[in-house]
Amino acid sequence: MIPLSWYVILSALLFTIGVVGVLTRRNVFIILMSIELMLNAANINMIAFSHYLQNLTGQIFVVFVITVAAAEAAVALALIILLVRNRGVVYVDEFNILKG
Amino acid sequence: MPNSLHDFFQQLGPMYPEFLVIAVALIALVADLVVPRGQKHLLGWLGLIGLAAAAALTLSLAADHAGNTQTAFFNGTFLFDPFSVFFKMVFYLSCSLGILLSMKYLSVEDIHRGEYYSLMLFATSGMMLMASAGDLITLYLGLELMALSIYILAGFMRGDGRSNEAGIKYLLLGAFSSGIMLYGMSLLYGLSGTTNLNGIMTFLQSADLTNPVIFLAMVMLIVSFGFKVAAVPFHMWVPDVYEGAPTSVTAFMSAGPKVAGFAVLLRVFVHALAPLQGHVSAILAVIAVLTMAVGNIMAISQTNIKRMLAYSSIAHAGYALVGLAAATANKAMMVDGSASVMLYVLIYTVMNMGAFGVVIMLRKSGSRGEEIADFAGLGKTNKAAAFLMLIFMFSLTGIPPLAGFMGKFYIFKSAVQAGMIWLAILGVLFSAISAYFYLRVIMVMWMYDPKQEFSLLRSPALALALAIAVTAVIVIGVAPSSVLEIARASVLGLM
Repeated sequence: MIPLSWYVILSALLFTIGVVGVLTRRNVFIILMSIELMLNAANINMIAFSHYLQNLTGQIFVVFVITVAAAEAAVALALIILLVRNRGVVYVDEFNILKG
Repeated sequence: MPNSLHDFFQQLGPMYPEFLVIAVALIALVADLVVPRGQKHLLGWLGLIGLAAAAALTLSLAADHAGNTQTAFFNGTFLFDPFSVFFKMVFYLSCSLGILLSMKYLSVEDIHRGEYYSLMLFATSGMMLMASAGDLITLYLGLELMALSIYILAGFMRGDGRSNEAGIKYLLLGAFSSGIMLYGMSLLYGLSGTTNLNGIMTFLQSADLTNPVIFLAMVMLIVSFGFKVAAVPFHMWVPDVYEGAPTSVTAFMSAGPKVAGFAVLLRVFVHALAPLQGHVSAILAVIAVLTMAVGNIMAISQTNIKRMLAYSSIAHAGYALVGLAAATANKAMMVDGSASVMLYVLIYTVMNMGAFGVVIMLRKSGSRGEEIADFAGLGKTNKAAAFLMLIFMFSLTGIPPLAGFMGKFYIFKSAVQAGMIWLAILGVLFSAISAYFYLRVIMVMWMYDPKQEFSLLRSPALALALAIAVTAVIVIGVAPSSVLEIARASVLGLM
């Protein structure tokens, strides 16, 4: 049987890769994929805990997270299409009409 | 467990307000197909009627449940208690004001489409779920329902690059913070074996609090909610999104989501994570100081009024966080501290949306009316509009007897009572700085000569929204104690 710590280490790695990806990459699609990595890291955690605690709540949570992630991707892609149409840019350093 | 259809409907009772708001949103979505262009404001009135009905329903349910000790439904995932009722009322108010401010403005921007009102109602139902969440799953779903609707609203001017950019920036940072929050939640679930907030509290009461994983989870939750309420250092998105989004959306999202964020902060940190109080309070106090400092200092150099109000809304989140730090300082302060935060977010909602209402009045075809310089001479030509702006600016500064003063007074009072005198002193100092940029708007309105003919945007709906806001600012300012008593009574249910 695979020990719980392996899953937790895997999810921690995935989460870190996701965070680093969001913070360092400039292509908006890669940023979105990195965010998905973060969400799925949490999902792996929850399913692993759910299995080892013999408690179903974690798996229910994961189903909801996957649904929300799909909705989020739909909204994100719609907004990106608008940006490409109006401005022709996909790199976040070019999102610079508004200076923050 | 429900064992008949009748029991099932009985159990659904406390959720009827949410169902009603979602049903009205769906009806508006379908009715949009038959309402002709140019008549879309009818959908706005439909939404307002729905919100009024939901408010009446919430109050009648609250009256039915008064004295009833059972507040948890659906296995504790949904809570109907005075605390959630108070916040739902604030959400109805902010959504109604948002709809009233939007109607004429959307026509001027040529983005008067029916989905707008549906999205506002969906966002409101998400906030209602957040305030009622008794479980991490409900909390997450409510938050995402609200956030996804508002991402779309921020990018609602489809043909405008600035609005697109605001939408995508909000979405990327919002999704990033949700990812952090989910990871924190998964750790909490792994530690405690439950996602129920009460269950988590029971677990923490007997847990070894030196466990670093508990701290990691706590910090991740603070970070992600900090994003939602725009606390420093998680505030980078705020000025850009507030500037780029349509002004009516900015008005709505400067109030509603922030209030919902505070509802969740109170529910999670004052209630569920109560055993961690001392640590939470220390972190929140530091964040509060940073937030007040950055918000007030950065606002000074802004020339665009929407950006200035964005930094001002960051600063106001800082004041509310002072109250939250006081509420989490020790057990004795929980009621007073939380009540001061609740009073503050209500006051902030009316005065901030009022200020945005006046900004919307300056929008006319050909000029955005978003620069502070555009206000030059308004006081000489349009006394009524300038006077309204004066009241909202005074209230945001915190000048008595307006509501903004009372809100800050109770916040700083609870900080002093909690033994955080240094925090209260810093808060007062930073609000003194804020006088500079709020009063500058007033100076520009009265001291400068008009550069242009003002043709203000006028409509009955806009006038109604401003009248509600200004009345609330004055009434709460003169008699804050009754609202504070309601807030205190609501918090008692949380304990």
